[in-house]
Amino acid sequence: MRTDFWQTPKKQMPETMMIPAPFDYHAPTTLADALALMGRLGPDAKLLAGGHSLLPMMKLRFAQPAHLVDLNRIDALRGIREEGRTVVIGAMTVENDLIASPVLQSRVPLLCEAAKLIADPQVRSRGTIGGDIAHGDPGNDHPALAIALDATLVLVGPNGTRALPADGFFLGTYMTQMAEDEILTEIRVPAIDSGTGHAYEKLKRKTGDWATAGAAVVMCMKGGLVDNVRIALTNVGPTALRAKDAENALLGKPFTDSAIDAAVAAARAICDPQDDLRGDVAYKTAMAGEMVRRALRKAASRCH
Amino acid sequence: MTKKLVAVKVNGSLVEKAVEPRTLLIHFLREECNLTGAHIGCETSHCGACTVDVDGRSVKSCTHLAVQCEGSDVRTVEGLAKGGVLHAVQQAFYQEHGLQCGFCTPGMLMRAYRFLQENPAPTEPEVRAGISGNLCRCTGYQNIVNAVLLAADLLQQTADLATKEVA
Repeated sequence: MRTDFWQTPKKQMPETMMIPAPFDYHAPTTLADALALMGRLGPDAKLLAGGHSLLPMMKLRFAQPAHLVDLNRIDALRGIREEGRTVVIGAMTVENDLIASPVLQSRVPLLCEAAKLIADPQVRSRGTIGGDIAHGDPGNDHPALAIALDATLVLVGPNGTRALPADGFFLGTYMTQMAEDEILTEIRVPAIDSGTGHAYEKLKRKTGDWATAGAAVVMCMKGGLVDNVRIALTNVGPTALRAKDAENALLGKPFTDSAIDAAVAAARAICDPQDDLRGDVAYKTAMAGEMVRRALRKAASRCH
Repeated sequence: MTKKLVAVKVNGSLVEKAVEPRTLLIHFLREECNLTGAHIGCETSHCGACTVDVDGRSVKSCTHLAVQCEGSDVRTVEGLAKGGVLHAVQQAFYQEHGLQCGFCTPGMLMRAYRFLQENPAPTEPEVRAGISGNLCRCTGYQNIVNAVLLAADLLQQTADLATKEVA
């Protein structure tokens, strides 16, 4: 029987233990305190939301912030409420609370459906909508959803509050319009009208995986013609992508197979995915097109 | 880095320890509390072997800092059985043979424990979705799913009995 592995001395343990590098931990209970901390600690501080992107990166030592400012104790950043035609989602609202929200189920059901496709039940009890967006990872699902839903992102910083459209917020992989001393506080989503169709199609290898390719669609029809449509893609470029040309291929036209084909071709044309274990560039591009096709068909079937 | 004092309720008892902020909840439970039920499987929040209950939610304790549990109510597999009597989920896993090597079992049990409170009368597809964050590399899941369904029945019977006794 081989027993030598029992005796491996500690010093021969791999150097990359799955433990983050040391940091100081701060748990403010108000937004003002969090902003003050971020201002005082400067670029060595990182905001901690659900931690399901940041903590794994810290464990792998891809990120080694000197300070973590945990937003989990700020109750004001959680919750979902209606303000007229707008649903306001606190940035620290976790995925499971999106799924369970009666307001979202009736006003923005797309977010409930899509959140069920994110990670797994345990991860969804920690992972937040705001963290998913602010991290700027093109593999995350909320960026494309926010773009398709025409959401507005509210950022609070030392110089006040600004509200930016989700479309244009994402600048590159892990790069967004959010400054280092700003905090994403709210995601403001226009309620989906009852006649408006919506769908999120996500191809993934297994539960918990990021999308090989994903497509979010929100559309409405009027008099047999596509009256309004927004299409956004997940994980087929350095950021979530708005498929503007694909939208234009449909706008004002009857929802026919040839119009769908044109939209799919236009969506594929903007794909710029990375080749990885989920597939090569050609496969991911083809799958992005297929996700657009499926999401369009499903959304159209929900239009009335 | 300075250690921080954390006061956490673990399986009903208050535990106070000074920990480094980087200490993960799974290491806190295993090394500071000597509760080795929750397992370290993948350390990358995929496998679910480290699943515990924090304030009424299932979490993967490998992706949660111990300092974040200040004031929290944490439950681990050690807290399931009461007075030597197995919890319904444990009894069901035993009866249905919902395990082979047993490594994933603490996570499966804790997920089943929480899942059946979220959804007391699940269908089989709901059970599969409910435990989709827990990997088992031995069983093919069938007996685990059967066990969770049986546990739902056992819990329902206990609840019915309690209602009858009150009436």
